[in-house]
Amino acid sequence: MIRRATVALAGNPNSGKTTLFNELTGARQHVGNYPGVTVEKKEGTYLYKDFQLHIIDLPGTYSLTAYSLEEVVARDFLVNQKPEVVINIVDASNLERNLYLAVQFLELGIPVCIALNMMDVAQKRGIKIDVEKLSALLGVPVVPTIARTGKGKRDLLDSATRIVRDNEKLVPLTISYGDDVDRAMVDMEKEIEAHAFMNDTYPVRWIALKYMENDEQILSKGREVNPELAARLEDTVKKVSNHLQDTLDTYPEAMIADQRYGYIKSILKQGIVYQKYDQNRLYTSDRIDKVVTNRFLGPLIMLAVIAGLYHFVFTYSEVPVGWLESFFGWLGDGLNRILPDGLLKSLIVSGIIDGVGGVLGFVPLIMFMFFGIAILEDSGYLARVAFMLDRVFRTFGLHGSSVMAFIVSGGIAGGCAVPGVMATRTLKSPRERLATLLTVPFMNCGAKLPIFALLIAAFFAKHEAMIMFMITLGAWAGALLVAKLLRMTVVKGASTPFVMELPPYRMPTFKGLFIHTWERTWQYIRKAATIILSLSIILWAMMTFPGLPQKSLQEFENQRLSILNSVPAAVAHELKIVANRSELSAEARALKDQIKRLDYRKAETALRHSIAGRMGTALETISRWAGFDWRTNIALIGGFAAKEVVVSTLGTAYSLGEVDPEESGSLSDTLAKDPNWTPLMALGLIVFTMFYSPCFVAVICIARESGTWRWGAFAMIFNTVLAFVLAVLILQIGTALGILVK
Amino acid sequence: MRINMRKMEDNQEGTIATIKVAGELGRRIRDMGLVPGTEIRIQGRAPLYDPVALRVRGATLTLRNNEADYIEVEVQ
Repeated sequence: MIRRATVALAGNPNSGKTTLFNELTGARQHVGNYPGVTVEKKEGTYLYKDFQLHIIDLPGTYSLTAYSLEEVVARDFLVNQKPEVVINIVDASNLERNLYLAVQFLELGIPVCIALNMMDVAQKRGIKIDVEKLSALLGVPVVPTIARTGKGKRDLLDSATRIVRDNEKLVPLTISYGDDVDRAMVDMEKEIEAHAFMNDTYPVRWIALKYMENDEQILSKGREVNPELAARLEDTVKKVSNHLQDTLDTYPEAMIADQRYGYIKSILKQGIVYQKYDQNRLYTSDRIDKVVTNRFLGPLIMLAVIAGLYHFVFTYSEVPVGWLESFFGWLGDGLNRILPDGLLKSLIVSGIIDGVGGVLGFVPLIMFMFFGIAILEDSGYLARVAFMLDRVFRTFGLHGSSVMAFIVSGGIAGGCAVPGVMATRTLKSPRERLATLLTVPFMNCGAKLPIFALLIAAFFAKHEAMIMFMITLGAWAGALLVAKLLRMTVVKGASTPFVMELPPYRMPTFKGLFIHTWERTWQYIRKAATIILSLSIILWAMMTFPGLPQKSLQEFENQRLSILNSVPAAVAHELKIVANRSELSAEARALKDQIKRLDYRKAETALRHSIAGRMGTALETISRWAGFDWRTNIALIGGFAAKEVVVSTLGTAYSLGEVDPEESGSLSDTLAKDPNWTPLMALGLIVFTMFYSPCFVAVICIARESGTWRWGAFAMIFNTVLAFVLAVLILQIGTALGILVK
Repeated sequence: MRINMRKMEDNQEGTIATIKVAGELGRRIRDMGLVPGTEIRIQGRAPLYDPVALRVRGATLTLRNNEADYIEVEVQ
């Protein structure tokens, strides 16, 4: 008979936990979120002998306190879901520190099986471990493994399933935390026992221990359950704490940690670990670091790596992006021909296909970006980048790891904020991460570049390179300053401690890289299929409805007829039968152009008549401050769907038809000649484009990555207000000073 | 001699004497294996002289200078 059992994988970051998880579940894994938080939950199943194992990869943690979200999630899972067995992955080459977490599992009294991982690394470092003795002293099975090659996997599962089968009642480990703490804890345990205080969920001694450790989560739960007893327990802790501070100049939580390490040391001292070399001697990894984090070479190598990543993501993904674009182009053209003219066709071609196509166009970008970042992360280099750049980014309330997200978003002009926002997942500090993902959209993504190109060609043709450089610098300055502002206001809070590990360099495994890349990409596609599709239909509707009234349509039809009637019938007939423009006679060509101009005027009138057009017109009263008329307004509204749309919408609004963003010459001529436009206004529009609301794909990513819609809405409103204020300042101050006016 | 960790030079060794900080930072420092009695060696500093990298129990950890300020180290 098949037996089901839940197995939780737990361990320090960099202990090889995820590698083991991938080894066990392969592609049969599912990634979601823990309810209500943005911490990833990975699960999968594995059939082993007569067991169907439901395997959960808990977030990597160093401890089981309640400071970080990852720890709370891991602990809640262990306490509430009560997995049949916990496999604790321990890095054998780093045994002493890794056992700190193992001891906390034992204190909690849950069924643990230790996977002594990275035995190969330990061996290379001259470390020998007496596995049986370690197992005997800890009182739990210990199995040597090498997750990268799958060695020891069967032994590990044998031990784990034996624990499930035996289902023994476990006694939580009791460590002495020093006389003062111990004595107080005995009293507290009696009280907890007598009042049945939360002891249906947690072991009694563990509750007392968490009170001693000042654990926020347990303290607040306790206050809810039994405020009177909770106050008494807190009071006891306070007394011990004061006493310890007076006599030993330490805190109970520090004392407890000391004693845990002491306990580990006392075990390891009994001939468990044999070290051939000094444990702090330098290994290959350290020798690489001597060069890679060197004061002079380090930054140079980092620049090269970042430029390389950027090149890899945006150049090599061009090919598959091109395939997707031509596929959707082909699909749109085909349907354009098959379907009869009308609303349905417009909805399918302009609403659905353009929308979904635009969104799926990001897929290769996201895949390449995650693949590139996974290499940097799995190899250990990303931690070095954070180490080297932390000083700079910390000044603005960010973290050394923020740099990747900024670069991908367009820190070197031409990135994309969608993968940029998703790249913030490598950041483990919540406040720094939020400030990063709210400011990366200020970078100049590839879709903003055609707008800049258009305006520069029209007004600053002589200074193109200089202006582009200023735009890039401006984006960085803006993003960092806004990050600082956010960290001082809405994302307030002390910086998260930087204490982190520089893991030894490792060769990433292909399996790990591919699973990682595929998971992330799939998550994005699933999202694109639902929310983004409906939003693109809404935007299409806004630019389509209401259609022109009958009277106006009749007027355009009359004009069309009068144009056709003004030429000999033969010319009009020629236009109908000859498709190729170059074969037309001069008269017919002139007629065709006349009709085209009429169609463009009709499109302009229809656009102005639509909801979006009315919004643009209504907004003129405000937008005049920055010099924007309804045409610019509607183009910017369209830019919310995707910044690519700005140039083509502006084209329609200027009666030029849909202008190809890559060839906007005619539009830039029109703008340059338009008396309403001044170089100053153009500058204002450039700045507005840099800073205003991210496109809605990015907004959705921000909402999802931050875990709440509020931050998505914040990004739209705050950024637009900021951009508008800047544009107004530029126009008004510039006008007052009389600079850049025609 | 007891000195502040910030004042230690590259490659200098020592034994942690006290860590005077409570709360999240104190806890993170302890979780990473930095407790009184632990032997450490300064491995190096980032290009802008902050953060600092140290060798502890066979692993490399990094700390910002203002975090290292709370750690007193006994050196020869």
